[in-house]
Amino acid sequence: MKVKVLSRNPDDYVRETKHDIQRVPRNYDPSLHPFEVSREYTRALNATKLERVFAKPFLASLDGHRDGVNCLAKHPRSLSTLLSGSCDGEVKVWNLTKHECVRTLQAHEGFVRGMVVRHCGTSFFTIGDDKTIKHWKMEAPGYGEEEEPLNTILGKAVFTGLDHHQKNAVFATCGHQVDIWDEQRSTPIRSFTWGVDSFSSVRFNPVETELLGSCASDRSIVLYDMRESTPLKKVIMTMRTNTISWNPMEAYYFTCANEDYNLYTYDMRHLENPVKVHIDHVSAVLDVDYSPTGREFVSASFDKTIRIFPKDSANSREVYHTKRMQHVICVKWSADNKYVLSGSDEMNIRLWKANAAEKLGVLSPREKQAIHYSQKLKEKFQHHPQIKRIARHRHLPKVIYHQKNELKVMKEARRRKERNVRKHSKPGSVPVVSEKEKHVVSVVK
Amino acid sequence: MASPGEANANVSHVEKKKKRPVRYWQGTEGKAKDDSKTEGQPEQQKRQQNRIKKKRKRDEQPDGGKKVISGKSDPFPGPPPIPKGKLEKFKRKGEIQKPLQHHYKLKDIITRSEEASEMAQKQAARFDLLLPEDAGFLEGDEDEDTCMISQEDIADAVDITSGAKHFNLKLCQFGPYRLDYSRTGRHLLLGGRRGHVACVDWQSKQLMCELNVMESVNDVKWLHTEHMFAVAQKKWLYIYDSNGIELHCIRKFNDVLRMQFLPYHFLLATASATGFLQYLDVSVGKEVAAICTKTGRLDVMCQNPHNAVIHLGHPNGTVTLWSPNQKEALVKMLCHQGGVRSVTVDKTGTYMITSGMDKKMKVFDIRAFKPLRSYFLPTGASCLSLSQRGLLSAATGDIVQVYRDVWSTPVTKPYMAHRVRGSVWGLGFCPFEDVLGVGHGEGFTSMLIPGAGEPNFDGLDANPYRSAKQRQEWEVKALLEKIQPELITLDPSELGYVDRATFEQRHQDRVEALGFDPLGKEKFVPKHKKKGRSSAAGIERRKRQVAHEDQRDVIRKTVEDRMKLEEERNRMKEKKAALSGKRSALDRFKK
Repeated sequence: MKVKVLSRNPDDYVRETKHDIQRVPRNYDPSLHPFEVSREYTRALNATKLERVFAKPFLASLDGHRDGVNCLAKHPRSLSTLLSGSCDGEVKVWNLTKHECVRTLQAHEGFVRGMVVRHCGTSFFTIGDDKTIKHWKMEAPGYGEEEEPLNTILGKAVFTGLDHHQKNAVFATCGHQVDIWDEQRSTPIRSFTWGVDSFSSVRFNPVETELLGSCASDRSIVLYDMRESTPLKKVIMTMRTNTISWNPMEAYYFTCANEDYNLYTYDMRHLENPVKVHIDHVSAVLDVDYSPTGREFVSASFDKTIRIFPKDSANSREVYHTKRMQHVICVKWSADNKYVLSGSDEMNIRLWKANAAEKLGVLSPREKQAIHYSQKLKEKFQHHPQIKRIARHRHLPKVIYHQKNELKVMKEARRRKERNVRKHSKPGSVPVVSEKEKHVVSVVK
Repeated sequence: MASPGEANANVSHVEKKKKRPVRYWQGTEGKAKDDSKTEGQPEQQKRQQNRIKKKRKRDEQPDGGKKVISGKSDPFPGPPPIPKGKLEKFKRKGEIQKPLQHHYKLKDIITRSEEASEMAQKQAARFDLLLPEDAGFLEGDEDEDTCMISQEDIADAVDITSGAKHFNLKLCQFGPYRLDYSRTGRHLLLGGRRGHVACVDWQSKQLMCELNVMESVNDVKWLHTEHMFAVAQKKWLYIYDSNGIELHCIRKFNDVLRMQFLPYHFLLATASATGFLQYLDVSVGKEVAAICTKTGRLDVMCQNPHNAVIHLGHPNGTVTLWSPNQKEALVKMLCHQGGVRSVTVDKTGTYMITSGMDKKMKVFDIRAFKPLRSYFLPTGASCLSLSQRGLLSAATGDIVQVYRDVWSTPVTKPYMAHRVRGSVWGLGFCPFEDVLGVGHGEGFTSMLIPGAGEPNFDGLDANPYRSAKQRQEWEVKALLEKIQPELITLDPSELGYVDRATFEQRHQDRVEALGFDPLGKEKFVPKHKKKGRSSAAGIERRKRQVAHEDQRDVIRKTVEDRMKLEEERNRMKEKKAALSGKRSALDRFKK
C-alpha cells in the first residue's frame, strides 16, 4: 500500500516572527476563484463610487488682486511660480506652494493685456492698455531700489496679445497687426497684416518654433511663418475666436476657443474642417490651455465654469465651478500636469487639481498599485450602464443646467426644422451639413 | 566598416569579386566569414576586428543566448516552454473575432488586451510549477483493493499529524449529527438532532463552544467567518457566535430544514418544511427574497459553487434550480423515478450528482442539462458529497463509500469504504484537507481520504493559516466586494459579455414594460385655429393632408425597397447568364 495524505508544515505558511510580514501563498487556479467577472464588476463599481467621493478638485484660492485677473503666465523653470496680471495694471508674482504673493508691481495704466515669461525664466514681458511693452526682471528689486522695467517700448496702438519665442530672443505681439520683435530693438523686425484691424491673441508653435497662430476679430484664425514676409493662410469661421493654444506634443494641432460656446481642434495642414468640435460650454469660451502631455486641455468660459476636455473627445470629462467664481477669463495647465489655474473676474486665482479624485503627496507603492488596478477596472467596465451613470454624473449650477437643456432644445428644434425643409424640397437641394462643416466659412491661402 | 579584403591587395586571389563594403546594418554572418581571412593584417584592421567582435556580442545578446565567461552559449535560449495542459487550465475564453480594418482603434485595444491576458495566462502557468504541495494518493499493492484498506491502516501508515486527523467522537446521547466545515477547513460545526451544537477547531481538537439549544436542530452552517454560525432549530433560525452566544433569532425564517451559505454573496439560503426558499443577506441582515416553491417539504438542498444557484430535490423525483431573482424555478429536471434523496454539484459547476429513492445515483451535465451516467447502489445513497478534487462520497445506510472519477469513467467499485456506527446523517469533505467528516447516530467520524483536498490554497481567498489580522483584512475586503444577489444567474460570466441585444429587441421590451411606444409616431392633433377656420371640414382636411403625407413616405420607401430588390435580382440574373455563357464539357449532351 502506498499512501500520501496532505500534510502541511505550518512553518511554511505562517511568519517566523511577528516582525516579518505575513506569508500569503497564492494559487491562481481559476476554479479556486469563482465569480471572477461579478467580483471584478463589484470592485469596479466601488472604485467608481470612491472616485466620485474623493473628487475634491478645489485646492486654493489666491486673493490679493484689486481687479479682475486678466492674464496668467507660467514660469518655464519653476513649478511654484505663477504670474498674474489684473485689469488695473497690477502684476503679481505668486508662490504656489505657500499660496502667497511674493511680489507686486504696478506695470501698466489700465489693463495688463498679456504677459509672458522669457524661456530662460529670468525676466518677463508685459503689455498693457497704455500701448507699452515692458520687460521686467524676475527678481524683486533690492532694498531701496525702484521697481523699474528693464526696457519699455512705446507702440503705436494698443497691444492685445503677447507670446515669446521658444529659444530665441524674439517675441510677438498682436493688436492692430501682428508684430515680431527683437528683444534688442525698439521697432518690430516684421509686421504682418491681412486686411483686418484687430487681433486678440498670438501664439508661437512649440515645436516648429518659427510658426505662429493668431486669431483676429474678423472671425479668422491666421497662421504665419516668421521667416516669410506674408501670412501663410487663414480660416474664417462663423464666429470670433478668442484664443488659440497649440498642442505641445502634436504641434500640428491647435485648439481655439470660440465665441459660439464651442472649442475647435484644427489640423494646421487641413483647415477646411476642424478635427473635432468640443461642445459643452453654455457661453463664450474665453481661454484654452493644453496639458504638457498634449492629451487634454482646459478651457475657461464666460459661463463661470472651467472644463477639461480630452483632446479627441467632443464632450468634457470634467467641469469645475464654485459659487463664488465669476466669469473665468484666463486658465493655465501647470507644467507638471497636475494642476489647473484659473483667473476670474472676481479678482481671484484658483488652483485646481487636474484630476479631481487624485490623491496628492507621495504615494506608497501599494497605494500606487491599488490606484492602477482600480483605474484598469474602471476602464474595463466603463460601458456598463450603472458604472457609466455614476462616472459621468457631474453636479452643475442650476443656471448652467437649465441653459444646457435650453440649448439642447434649441439644437433639436433647428435640426427638426432642417429635416422638414429637406423633406419638402427637391432631393439633393438641401444637403446634410455635418457639425464640423457648419462652423467654417472659408479657408484663404 | 570597410571589408578587409578591400584594404589589402595581396589576398585578392582569394576573393573572386570585389566585394561591396559591409555596413553595420548588414548581417553578422558576412563579417564572421571575413574574420577568418584577416590574419596578419595591419593594426588598423585589428581594431576593426575588435569592433566587429564587440558588435557581434551586442547582436547576440537579445537572442537570449547569454554569454557565459567560459564562452559557452546558453543551450536553452529564451523563456522556458510551458506545457500546453497547464496553459489550458488558465485559459479564460476563446479568441475574440478581429474587427474590421477600419475600426483601427478598437483593433488596437483588442490586440493589446489579448496580449496582456496571454501574458497573464503564461505567468500563471509558470507560477503553477512553483506550487509547494502535491495532492495525496492511495495505491494498493497488486491485487489489493484500495476499498479494502481500513482507516486504521492508513492512519498508521501516514505521519503522526495526518494520522491524528482520523478520529471518532462518540456522542451517542444527542445524535444523529449534521456537520459543516468552515471555508478555510479549520473549524468544524456539529449539530445533533436532539439539540447539541458544538464548534471545534478540529485539527488542534480544541472545543470553541458547546451548547444545547433544548430543541431539535435540523441543520447547522458556518457563516462567512468562523465567528458566526447559523442553526436551524425546530421553529426558527438562530445565529450564534463562536462563544455560543445567541446573536439573532430570525423569526421570519421558520421551520428551516436545510441551509446553504453563498460566501461571495453573503447570502444564507434556507429551505423550509413549508416549501419556502428564503435568502438572508447576512451582511445587512435583510431578507433578500422569499420564494414559495409550491413543492412541499424541502429537505434536499445544495448550491452550485460555480454560479450560486440553489438546487432543490423534491419527493416527485425532480430537481429544481433557483435564483433569488425569479419566483419560478430556473430549471426543472426530472432526475429520478422516486423521490430525490440527495443532490450535490462539483466546484466547477459542470456536474450534478443526485441519488434517489429508486436506489440510483445519477451524474448530470448541468451546463447542457443532460444525464451522463447512472449507477445502481444496492441500498441507495442517503447523503452525497463532492470533494474539491472531485471525489464523491456516498452514504448508504451506515457505510460511507468514496468514488473516484464518477463522471469520466464508468465506475464499478468504490475507491474507499468505511463502516460507521449508526446511520449516516451528514457528510462533508473538509476543504484543503484529505479528510471526510461523517456525522452519524453515534457521533462524528473523521476519515482520511487521500487525494480529496485541494493541496494549494490561495492565501487571499481562504487561508487556513491566517492570523486574526489577516482575517480582519480579508473580511473587510470580502464585504466590499460582496456580489449583489441580482447578479446570480446560470452563467456567472454573463456580465462580461457584450450585450448584443439589438436595439429592436430592447425597444420591444421597453414597449411591453411601458405599455406604449415611447418612440412611436404621435397621433396628429390639428391645431385649433381662430376666426372660424377650425371648421369640422377644415380639421378633417388637415388630418387627411398629414395622413396623405405619411402614406407617401411609406410608398416611397416600399418603392425604393422594390427597386433595390429588382436590381439585386437583375444582377444575379446577369451573373447566371455570364456563367451559363461558358460552354462546359457536358453541354454537348444537352438537347
